[in-house]
Amino acid sequence: MLRFVVRRLLLLVPILLGLSILVFAWIHALPGSPAESLLGEHATPQAVAQIRHEYGLDRPIYVQYWRYLDTTVHGNLGTSIATTRTVTYEIGHRFPATVELALAAILLAVFVGVPLGFLAAKRYATWFDNASLIASLIGISIPIFFLGLILKYIFAVKLHWLPSVGRESILAVRPHPTNFYVIDSIVEGDPGALWDTIRHLVLPAIALGSIPLAIVTRITRAAVLDVQNEDYVRTARAKGLSPLVVDRRHVLRNALLPVSTIIGLQTGLLLSGAVLTETIFSWPGVGSWLKEAIFNRDYPVLQGGILFLAVVFVVVNLIVDLSYAIINPRIRLS
Amino acid sequence: MGKFLKVGVATIVVALAAVAAAYAAVGRSTASDTLVYAASSDPSLLDPALVSDGESIRVARQVFEGLVGAKLGGTQIVPDLATSWSVSKNHLIWKFQLRKGVKFSDGTPFNAAAVCFNFTRWYHFPAPLQNASLSYYWNTVFQGFANPASGNPGPDKSLYRGCKARGQYSVSLILTRPSSSFLAAIGTPMFGIASPTALKKYQADAGTVDATGVFHPTGTFATQHPIGTGPYMVQSWTVGSKLVLVRNPNYWGPKAKLARLIFVPIGDASARLQALQSGEIQGFDNVDPTQFGQITGKFKLYKRPPFTVGYIGINQSFPPMDKLQVRQAIAYAINKGPVVKAFYGGVGTVANQFLPPSLFGHAKTGVPSYAYDPNKSKQLLQQAGLKLPVKVDFWYPTSISRPYMPNPTNNFQAFAADLNKAGFQVVPHSGPWRPDYRAGVQHGNYQLFLFGWIDDFADPANFLNVHFGSETPQFGFKNPSLFNLLAKADAETDPEARTALYQQASVQVMKFLPVIPYVWAGFGIAFDSNVKGFIPSPAGTVGETFATVYYG
Repeated sequence: MLRFVVRRLLLLVPILLGLSILVFAWIHALPGSPAESLLGEHATPQAVAQIRHEYGLDRPIYVQYWRYLDTTVHGNLGTSIATTRTVTYEIGHRFPATVELALAAILLAVFVGVPLGFLAAKRYATWFDNASLIASLIGISIPIFFLGLILKYIFAVKLHWLPSVGRESILAVRPHPTNFYVIDSIVEGDPGALWDTIRHLVLPAIALGSIPLAIVTRITRAAVLDVQNEDYVRTARAKGLSPLVVDRRHVLRNALLPVSTIIGLQTGLLLSGAVLTETIFSWPGVGSWLKEAIFNRDYPVLQGGILFLAVVFVVVNLIVDLSYAIINPRIRLS
Repeated sequence: MGKFLKVGVATIVVALAAVAAAYAAVGRSTASDTLVYAASSDPSLLDPALVSDGESIRVARQVFEGLVGAKLGGTQIVPDLATSWSVSKNHLIWKFQLRKGVKFSDGTPFNAAAVCFNFTRWYHFPAPLQNASLSYYWNTVFQGFANPASGNPGPDKSLYRGCKARGQYSVSLILTRPSSSFLAAIGTPMFGIASPTALKKYQADAGTVDATGVFHPTGTFATQHPIGTGPYMVQSWTVGSKLVLVRNPNYWGPKAKLARLIFVPIGDASARLQALQSGEIQGFDNVDPTQFGQITGKFKLYKRPPFTVGYIGINQSFPPMDKLQVRQAIAYAINKGPVVKAFYGGVGTVANQFLPPSLFGHAKTGVPSYAYDPNKSKQLLQQAGLKLPVKVDFWYPTSISRPYMPNPTNNFQAFAADLNKAGFQVVPHSGPWRPDYRAGVQHGNYQLFLFGWIDDFADPANFLNVHFGSETPQFGFKNPSLFNLLAKADAETDPEARTALYQQASVQVMKFLPVIPYVWAGFGIAFDSNVKGFIPSPAGTVGETFATVYYG
């Protein structure tokens, strides 16, 4: 187990080096330059040349790459050209927002999707099964931006039940030592703040969680249908175990294996930033930040941000691999 | 099995209960003494001398004041921190009488020494702050630094020569050459006077340049402690979340009506609208013309008077655009009215010249009329000795919406159809606005192109001299008589004579036709209907104060 973990961690080095080259090459292949974006409407060619010189953009490409690699290895991911704040500062403020939203969406997908999929399989070919099938198809096919706008229109604009933007009430003045607002409010012992944070999470989590929810429901249903006809399930039933015990110990536990893979992959994807959801709900996370960076040709943000997210993705996948051993002891990691 | 069903039902019940409780808990997120206003992004910095974006300028306008200002809702220059001013006979020394009894929000006095401290600071900016993206307005208006970094303009290029305090409440600004447009420029918040004590205490100019060449203030003046004389002062700024301003209790003029102003960044236009509709914010800027119809009933749309111009640019370095008859043919070919009516949501006016009507120098008479007449276009082309159809490369930008062209593709399609009907054969070209298209225009790569202008400050020089005051690759023409006229108009200090000169220039531009202006477009700004007292300015955020805003 330990050897496996160490080997996977060591593999990160060539992966990240390769990624850094790819990201660097890709960003520099984009048309345009950040100098012109930065100077805006009234840029003169002289001013653009000056900015290019000051930012080192007129140096040879390998010099720029070496400088990037050198500073990155020393923990400096650079500074946003658009905001003049460091990339690490921005990540420290924005990544917690993305994590909180992604976890809320995944929790929704798991706690609603697994029971739904399980019930659909158990009520195979009934109206409930058909309804869950249709609902999950809608969940997968409805565009997130459309769902987000509809949710906001109904619950924020028309009913005034839930807020439509941000992570907490605009008038709130609260400390955020960790930038994980849920944790901060628990640590501060402020139930009002916790409630406020959860209310702000509801709509974006539903919008973001709609696709994982639909996938989890479908995968659970298929897996349960597979597993419940296995010999060991029949044996368990024949032994006279109660249906509840059979379902929990034998059906669900085995059916959860493919579901856990999907959940892991989806979590990795969601942590990479939910561009649309974050934009629609003005959620100050990594996704909306990178979107702005693309528009502004903000090279340091794109380089540092994408590299950081790549690490997150790889680490999440490592955790998912490790979690197999816990869910299914038959799998031995070597 | 049954248990799972029960769990499912229980989950739904809990969720419904939560929503119901949430409903009970949701109030309007405002208090009667607070206005929450959505910006499209955070300010870049809070030091007005180091910003040029609208979001930063909006905040600076509430916190800082200049020697002069613009009349609320207009462009006329009025006293602000100076009560009166005069100019020497050689038009080089501008003497300002300062308002007495004014204090900065940190309690230190405003006086002539403070004014000179600010001008001296700007002129002596260290190398990192001379960066055109930081001190854009000093670069644009005063054009030189005392100790220029390599490649930057120095004292020989500078319009500014010096500042002299004459006692406590009189100050002279000394120029190297006559200029009148500088007065309107220093009336913008970007030349707001900051507390010298705060500038020193919070190390406004201190900073480092990192490996990527970006300037980082190490002091806190530009991030937490911008101290001016304005009706509001900064209480806190959490980047990505909100910027809180509170009323300045020591303000010299009428105190701000609301105790608190909160600016929140909401990047998405539809998210801003829904936040207004849900009551989370009470106002927002840059309303998309397609949203105008939704801002009714409980909400009010303010339309700023037009202070931008949309035009078809003509580059005369590409034949046959050097022939006046060809440019006239384009002018007669364009049917402006239907485009302005269809695509500008009611905030566009058909333009007959470059300067919008709200700005002095706009010509009321003598402007040649180019009423839509495709047959006349064909005649002019034939008179120019050209064989019809005349092929033109016509460019338009993509991935952009500007007040003067909310959807450039629409404008392009309409104008291209007009040109094709009038003896031209349009070859369409497009490019993404940032940075390809703009760079293409500015480097003079396009024969015919859609473009426009949003003012920096309320002076005709910012429209006419910027575009037609000298030879540029963008338009590719040399017209000494127009260049001289515009230089003379900028130098003229008598307001009436200056207006007359710019009116003359406006007419000349329309006779010479380096561009075909077709729209003056305004901006939309939305508020909850119980928000009163807001006065939209044609100059946009540069001229809009929230000190007059209240709930009624």
